[in-house]
Parts: sequence; structure tokens; C-alpha cells
Amino acid sequence: MSHTFSIGIGGAAGQGVATPGDILAKIFSRRGLHLNAYNAYQSIIRGGHTFLTIRTGPDPVTNMGDSLDLLIPLNQDTVDRHLRLLGPGGACIYNADTIKPGEHAEGVQLCPLPVSTLADITRNKVAQNTLAMGAALSMTGIGFQSLEAVIREQFGRKAPAVADENIAVARAGYDYATQHFQPFATLLPMTDSRYAVLSGNTALAMGGAAAGVKFYCAYPMSPSTGVLHWMAANGRKAGIMVRQVEDEIGVINMAIGAAQAGVRAMCATSGGGFALMTEALGLSAMAEIPVVVIDCQRAGPSTGVPTKTEQGDLWQMLGAAFGDYPRVIAAPVDIADCFTLIPEIFNVADKFQVPGIVLCDLLLSEGRLSVDPKVLDFAPHVDRGEMITAPNGHGDGSYKRYLITDSGVSPRAIPGVPGYTHVVASDEHDEDGVLISDMYTNAGKRRAMMEKRMRKVRGIEHAVPPPRLQGPRDADVTLIGWGSTQGVIEEARAQLAEQGITANQLQIRWLVPLHGEAILDELRGAKRTIIVENNYTGQFARYLRSETSFVADGHIRKYDGEPFMPHHIVEAVREQLAGETTLSVPAHEIMV
Amino acid sequence: MATTVETPKPLTVADFKGRVDPDWCPGCGDYGVLAAVQKALVDLQIPNHQVVTISGIGCSSNFPGFIETYGMHTLHGRALPIASGVKMANPELTVLVTGGDGDGLGIGGNHLTHTMRRNVDLTYIIMDNQIYGLTTGQTSPTSRLGMKTKSSPHGNVEGPINPITMALAAGATFVARGFSGDQKHLTDLIKQGLQHKGFSFLDVFSPCVTYNHDNTFQWFRPRVKRLEDDASYDATDWVAAMEKSTIWGDEIPIGKFYERTDLPSLDQAEPVLKDGPMVGRPEHIDPAVARTFIEELM
Repeated sequence: MSHTFSIGIGGAAGQGVATPGDILAKIFSRRGLHLNAYNAYQSIIRGGHTFLTIRTGPDPVTNMGDSLDLLIPLNQDTVDRHLRLLGPGGACIYNADTIKPGEHAEGVQLCPLPVSTLADITRNKVAQNTLAMGAALSMTGIGFQSLEAVIREQFGRKAPAVADENIAVARAGYDYATQHFQPFATLLPMTDSRYAVLSGNTALAMGGAAAGVKFYCAYPMSPSTGVLHWMAANGRKAGIMVRQVEDEIGVINMAIGAAQAGVRAMCATSGGGFALMTEALGLSAMAEIPVVVIDCQRAGPSTGVPTKTEQGDLWQMLGAAFGDYPRVIAAPVDIADCFTLIPEIFNVADKFQVPGIVLCDLLLSEGRLSVDPKVLDFAPHVDRGEMITAPNGHGDGSYKRYLITDSGVSPRAIPGVPGYTHVVASDEHDEDGVLISDMYTNAGKRRAMMEKRMRKVRGIEHAVPPPRLQGPRDADVTLIGWGSTQGVIEEARAQLAEQGITANQLQIRWLVPLHGEAILDELRGAKRTIIVENNYTGQFARYLRSETSFVADGHIRKYDGEPFMPHHIVEAVREQLAGETTLSVPAHEIMV
Repeated sequence: MATTVETPKPLTVADFKGRVDPDWCPGCGDYGVLAAVQKALVDLQIPNHQVVTISGIGCSSNFPGFIETYGMHTLHGRALPIASGVKMANPELTVLVTGGDGDGLGIGGNHLTHTMRRNVDLTYIIMDNQIYGLTTGQTSPTSRLGMKTKSSPHGNVEGPINPITMALAAGATFVARGFSGDQKHLTDLIKQGLQHKGFSFLDVFSPCVTYNHDNTFQWFRPRVKRLEDDASYDATDWVAAMEKSTIWGDEIPIGKFYERTDLPSLDQAEPVLKDGPMVGRPEHIDPAVARTFIEELM
């Protein structure tokens, strides 16, 4: 990765960290810069500590990085926590009236703003934020015009006078910085590219809209609620019915009902809500009604840490609902993939009439990324599978909903089609849907129906691509990750290369089917394998072992609620290559 | 030249006979409910393929297998959210939900409250036998205080829920009580429920002849009294309905307690359905709309 620039904005919840974050993100993306934003926050509406990191640069920015170039603390607490993380060349813009910076590294520029003399703070409660933004735009060489345009957009519709006032305040900050502070040594460039900036939750929701979802329902649960918010705001325009349901049990069952009626139905939750849904996942599989469930993982168990990230739900997904049944599970590897994965998993779920699970996490759900708008394809390939939506010649009563076939897939008639009436059942049933669980239990039929459903597994394996090794085959170390860690592992590999250590990467996107044989092929010849994951027990390592008997040489695990930073992986790889340990648990240095 | 238009044959009860015979105990109250539902569908001439019968789990929840319509035999307590999903995706379907008192008032109680509040256009029949039958006789949410069952061998120390009062309080727009032993009256109530645009709640006494020796056909027969026989009773008066719902003893009112027709059902209130059912729409959204979604992010 070439030059990047990181800004950290921190304060108490309610102090207005989000607005400058949104404005800066917009300005960067309009300069044709990539960006990645991650907000560390707590489950509190007012107070606490919120810290937003925005990292930008001309090339794709896949993660929050290791360090800050500019710190904008909105309170003393923030400067106390983060100032020491600034290195030489960094700067801190702060309110000179209320904040006293403490110890800082040599070469850090302290930029006090006399807020009460530059703005009327009795009138404008967030004047310090706006002044700091103005100052930042001066010091980064971006210029004032772009800031003025975005502020006008942000406030203009509601009240032009408010926009004017904020522009004047920003201007004062800009001019003060131009006169009093040193600009950054490397100024941010401008490119002709234009990117969309979106959160993973927005991407998941839009991916659903692109996939042809017609029914979305949810119960609010962090960090998945953003999907509901996008759907509720845009459902009418997109032709999607959106329902807020009484609990997650109701959510998945309502989605299954809509799916049975013939539409694509989706729902999203987090680990606790998913736990409530599990019985109905079995219904989806048994009655062969496809639905897609998104799990945005947060730190567990139980209520856990609702605002912090983790990859701790894998085994819950693998074991969700009792009995054996075919399912698909996929983990998006970045925010753009949150969009593209949804149409893909719907095609598999529909074709094989199985539940599809998307294993996202808070890092992606609530993080934001610049994405090439071309990636956001609203006309992707849609395969609804074998559906009967109008009479097709079997409307004489001979139709069998659970017809035994080689593929295990039976054509699916939806209610309302004359001549195809049948019962779908959660009880074990015969080919025509008649229960064989009560009066007519029949071991032969039970076996035939189990084998019919499980035959789908073969087809699903062919429908989904196996993972491929990225980077040089003969690398010193192979890093294995899954889902959201793709970007941070990539950057760690680049840093390792600079230090003379070559690393390649096997990133798992489809967890079920896993393609164990293909993985073993890819790992054959690996000099040293290390599995990187955001959980305590090495859930993926255990899964890989159970499916393939493959045992990795080492593990890097993090379960403090915060995501990996590249240097965490780099340092862990180095200590493992030096033979110091086979299990590294990097400490998160930033107290958020 | 005159053209002959083939008039479809009128539907008969035989058309609604399921592929398998009911496996309920001989004499079970559920037979009467099944017959009344079939008769109501015939009277209203609703085509089989336009009806979806949805149930949870329990003796009475085997119902969809015994009637020739589209059917869903789902999870214990979850019939209502599933039915809500079906109805909201395709409001053109007639959605009938059947189940027992344990399924609807016990494990599914949360869903019931909210489905009533939302006024989803469903007809929900609880076959209320005041006992758990399929699990061989334990107390249910409607078992009387003091009732001896396998799970209350010393007598039930918990009081029963009153389904009618509960439905009225939760905002159901059609609330009725029927008795499996009064076929004609029950059929008429089910027809009214099917025709009501909104949530129709029917609590139907359907005695369990195997496990409930307290609330038998013989026990109910002299007690049930039709509200329709009282010319002064006004089923649009919610307060009167609440008062009537509390009567229980030597006299037990059955019939339509309450109906209001001035509230839109959920499908009528939902703006996205103004363009027709969700089913059958194009898979891809309008490219112009898609562009606005992306532009908002730039």
C-alpha cells in the first residue's frame, strides 16, 4: 500500500464525532481517494468514549492501519488516551480552552485552537468540531471549497442559515490553521476516480435489494440494525416489504412464510438473535424453503460486548438446529463483498432450497469503505431454482413436492397455483408431503428422504468455488484467515515483505461447503501455517481440523473486542518464526 | 355462433377432503372443527389452491394434512409469524391458521399478541381442549385451577388465561368463541371469520376425550349459550364484549363477541403493497432507483 493518511476523532457519545467523520469521508471520496473508517464506541447514548478512525489514500485502504497522522480530540479523555500514539510528523488539533495535551512524542505538532475567540460557542455547541475540520482541511492541503460544498449539502436542506453559520465557523478554523500551523509534509493527492462510501450493513441491505429480496424482517440488534434502517428507509422505493417483528423467532418464521409464498426473504441479527432463530433454520431445511439469514457477529457470549467485534459465532452456525441437514455458510471478506455475496448466496440457497447463512461481523457491518460503484451491480445473475409459479402439466394431482431426485432438489410449487396443492412439513414426510412421523413411520422412507436432502451437499460443493492461495507459493509463512480479516492480513503480508519475510494467504469465504480437499492441496508445501482469527478458541482452526485433519503450526488470536491492526499480525508472525510461541494473542494498545 | 363458457363445478366437501384420514382419537372435538372448516370453505366457494392452511405442532396442528388446500405444518407455536409472512407476501391468498391452546397461548403466546395488534388478515382457530394431548396429558394455559393432570397430580395451582379477554385487549378485530359440538353455529362463525378483513380470532371448545375428563362434551353442552340468541347483544360494543368475556360457569357464552371493520388490515395499511402482491414482481429493481441508491453514497 502506498501513502495513507489516518485521522482519529474522539469524544464522548453525543459530542458529535459522527458528523465530522461523515464530512471528511465525503471529501476524501470526492477527491478520488479510497478510505476505510472504523468507529470504536460503547453501548451508551450519551457519554463514554467514541473514537473514529478514518484512513485514506490513493490506493485501496483495506483496514484501519497501525497509526494516526492527525488526532482531533473533542475532550480531555480522548487526548489522554490517544496522544501518545502520534509519531513524528503527526499533529493534534484541539480546543485550547478545554484541553491540556500531556506527554507526546518528539516531532508531534500541537495545534491549539482558541475556540471561544474564533466562534460563538454559546450559539454553536459543536463549534470546536467544525473549527477543527476547517483546520484539518488547511493542513492537509485539500482546500476549503470541498468542505463548504459538503457542509451545504449536510445542513442546507434543513436550514440554509445553519449551513452558512457552520461554513463561517469552518472558514475561521481554516484561516487560523493556515496562519498558525505547519501543513503536513505529504499532502493528499487527487485522482479522477469516484467511490461510493458505505457501511457493511448498507452493503448487505443493498446486496439484498440487488438479489431481488422482496421481504425483509428483523428485530433491532446491534450491530445488525443498520441493515433494518436501510431497508426501512428505502424499502418502498426498492419494492421490498420491511417488517419489524416481536422477536427473532418471529423474524425467521415470518421470512420462511414469505419465502414459501414465493419471494426471496432475508433477515439479519447478531449472535443472541441468531440463537433464537436456530429451530426455524431446521424448518427451512426440512420443509426445503430457502431463506438467507445474516449474522453480524459481536463479542459474546450472552449479551457480551454489544459494540465490539469478534469472529466467535462460527460453531453456532455450524451446529445451528438439531439433526443433519444441508446448509450454506459464507463470510464476506470486506465491505464490498457484503454486497456481492448476497446475490451469490441467494442463488445457492434457492437452487438447493436450503438455508443460507451470511457470517458477517461488527468490523464490516459498522465499518465504512470506499467501493468502486461498478461493484454495486443491481442486475446480478438471479437463479431462483426449480420453481412452479404457473401450472406446467402436473396439475392433475400427481405433483410431489418432495419428489426424490438424483440432485436431491424437487421442483417447488408456490401456493396459489391450481392443481399443485400440497403440505410442506417440519415433520418427516413422504415425497408428497404426507407425514411419516406419526402413524405411518417407515424406516425405509425416512432413510430415502434423509438421503434425498443430503444429496444436495454434492451439488452445493460444485456451485461454490474453492479458496485459492494468494501470494508467492514458496513463501516463508502461510497466513490462513476467514471473512473480515482479509484486508488486515494483506497489509501485514506487505509489511512482512518489507522486513524480508515472504507471506502468502489463504482467505476462506465459503465456510460451508469448505472444500477440504482443495484446501489441503493449497496448503501442501506450505513452510509454516498460521491461522489468524478474532476469537479465543480458534474456532476456524478447530473446524478445519475436524473437516481435514489439518493442524496449523501456529495461531494468532484476538478476543478483546477490537479488530486486528497490521502490526499485531506482523509481530506475532515474527515471534512465531523466531520459535518463541505457537499461539500469539496481540494486545490492543488503544484503550477504547 | 354462441360460445360455451365452461362454468367450474361448484366445490363440495369432498373436494376439501385431505389425502389422509385424521389420526385423532375417535370422538375428538377436532373432527367437528375440521368438518366446520370444510363446510365454510364450500359455502364460500373458495378454490382449494387459493387457501393456505398453516399450523404449529400438536394434535390439532395435524389439521393441514387432513384438508385439501396448500398447507404448512410448521414449528410448535410459530404458525402465526409464518402465516403473517405468507399473507404479506401474497395477500391474494386466504390464510387459515389452526392449532391448539398450548401451541397458540403457551409457546406461541408472544406471536399471538402481536399478530392481533397488527391486524394481519388471517383466520386463526384455536382448538381449545384445555390440555396438552399429544404429549399425553399435561396442564395447558387454559386448564382450570385445580385440574389434575400428569404435570399437576396434586391439582393445578395456576389459573387459566382467558383467550377472549386477551384477544379483545390485544386489539383483535374479530373475536368469537365456538363449540365443536354445535356444528351449524361453528360453521357460521368460521365463515364470518374468513370473510372478516383483518385478524379473526376463534377460540373453539374442542374437547379431548382421552386426557381431559373435566371439560367434556357433556360438561359443555348444557353450559354454552349463543350470544346470537340475545337480540340485545351488540357485537360492535367493545366494553360489552369485555364484560361478556368474563362470564364463565354455569353459563358460558359462545358466538361472536366482537367485530370492528373500520380498521385497515396490515396488508391494506402497508404502502409497498399498493403495487400489488410481492410475489410475481420482477427480480431486479428499477435501474433508475438503483442509481439513486449509489449516488446517495457518493
